[in-house]
Amino acid sequence: MTEPIISIRDVSKTYKSGLQALKPTSLEINKGEIFALLGPNGAGKTTLISVICGIVNPSSGTVVADGHDIIRDYRDARKKIGLVPQELHTDAFERVIDTVTFSRGLFGFAPNPAHIEKVLRDLSLWEKRNDKIMTLSGGMKRRVMIAKALSHEPKILFLDEPSAGVDVELRRDMWEMVRGLREKGVTIILTTHYIEEAEEMADRVGVINKGELILVEEKNTLMRKLGKKQLTLELLAPLTDVPRVDGYNLELASEGRQLIYSFDTQADDTGIASLLKQLSERGIDFKDLHTEQSSLEDIFVSLVHRQ
Amino acid sequence: MNTYGIQAIYRFEMGRWFRTLGQSLFSPVLSTSLYFVVFGSAIGSRMVEIGGVSYGAFIVPGLIMLSILTESVSNASFGIYMPRWAGTIYELLSAPVSAMEAVCGYVGAAATKSIVIGVVILATARLFVPYEVENWPLVILFLVLTSVSFCLFGFILGVLADGFEKLQIVPMLILTPLTFLGGTFYSIDMLPEPWRTLTLFNPVVYLISGFRYAFFGEQAADVNIGVSLAAISVFLAVCLGAVWWIFKTGYRLKV
Repeated sequence: MTEPIISIRDVSKTYKSGLQALKPTSLEINKGEIFALLGPNGAGKTTLISVICGIVNPSSGTVVADGHDIIRDYRDARKKIGLVPQELHTDAFERVIDTVTFSRGLFGFAPNPAHIEKVLRDLSLWEKRNDKIMTLSGGMKRRVMIAKALSHEPKILFLDEPSAGVDVELRRDMWEMVRGLREKGVTIILTTHYIEEAEEMADRVGVINKGELILVEEKNTLMRKLGKKQLTLELLAPLTDVPRVDGYNLELASEGRQLIYSFDTQADDTGIASLLKQLSERGIDFKDLHTEQSSLEDIFVSLVHRQ
Repeated sequence: MNTYGIQAIYRFEMGRWFRTLGQSLFSPVLSTSLYFVVFGSAIGSRMVEIGGVSYGAFIVPGLIMLSILTESVSNASFGIYMPRWAGTIYELLSAPVSAMEAVCGYVGAAATKSIVIGVVILATARLFVPYEVENWPLVILFLVLTSVSFCLFGFILGVLADGFEKLQIVPMLILTPLTFLGGTFYSIDMLPEPWRTLTLFNPVVYLISGFRYAFFGEQAADVNIGVSLAAISVFLAVCLGAVWWIFKTGYRLKV
């Protein structure tokens, strides 16, 4: 039985302008999981995170973080939460070590130079500890933001678009770091535009669009449920008409040189063996074959467009 | 009580001040010293005593007050406006820090800066003008009350401001004229009617008069010391109430 560490009940946000950024939303995040919140720009991802972290006042609803109401019991709730915002908001003139030490104190924790050193070393920032933030590259600034969020040893970490403006190598390092945190029991909620990131790391996925949480599912279940698989046969001789095989929905592609069969990933019998047998009986031979499974990105695009 | 949080904000703000100590400390001290040289040493020697105090000494409390008011407002407004402008305010808003704790950190640091500047100017003035202080505890009380009150006022301005230029409007266009017209260089008894009565509507008159009372006693003050203390206390209470409301509602801080 998984235990929720964050319980969101009917949280909504309507700005003074009348814009409803978040419709009444309920969601539970389980302890120790990596939860990816996906959605197009302006979908309400950052608004939801900002409400949980105390930056935006909710219009309605309640949020409980690790057993603490985020408004009534904000001190205990916020001590458990670390936030890496989307924008690179840094104190440009500060030294790296000073800004990270400041964050730990701000969250009510006694100075712990050993922990600060460990965080900076884990993020490859130790050598830069005395550098002013303004002298760092965008990727290193992003690491500083993460170091600040980890300075008070949070149990829940929000990463709002952590890979924005980060090169591939750094992104891989970050994924490793996130996995390492999860192994230590930290619950991670990330929003991302890089669906690959969610596919790579997330245990569960939530899709939000136009302020509405339209789906929450285990990533693997989601990919099984909504994912499609295709078998592509590279034909020896091109066909002009789609061969009629009972019970099979076939398509021709590449000017008749490819025969494509889409099938349900959840079905017990995919029907591939029978199809190949029937094609062989009709003299349709192929030189190669391969299968493809739709990615999380395909599923995400299809869900958002469907709404 | 998040004492580590208060300390973190306080140290952060003081660190910023120390990084720019040249302009933060020496600039107000230098400009005020020039007043002492011109009005205290040069012109002051040709002026008559006011309330039994030499003119050079008479202007010391008013000039210290001028620096404290402008520095308090500038430091505190910049302290809170900077994280709003840079976007780093997110961290304060998401931290387990209450309104009062944040104010203690920001306003405490800004008030410390003002008091240090006031003390340095006080010491510097002694180089140019001979003066004796009659009531040190009252001087310190006025120094602290004025610094804290106007730092709170500056904090409110920093929350309301939506541009760097607006941070300068109040210190330059309101506080400096009010201080000059509030009896820094003269006793309001020297003014003819109706200017004397009109001047009594200037709140800075009460601060300067009270501070001067602490320095030289009743004969140099324009208004009763009790009225001066009441005025600064009321101003302090109003600013505290406004700051409490800002954090309670998140006005201009949260959306």
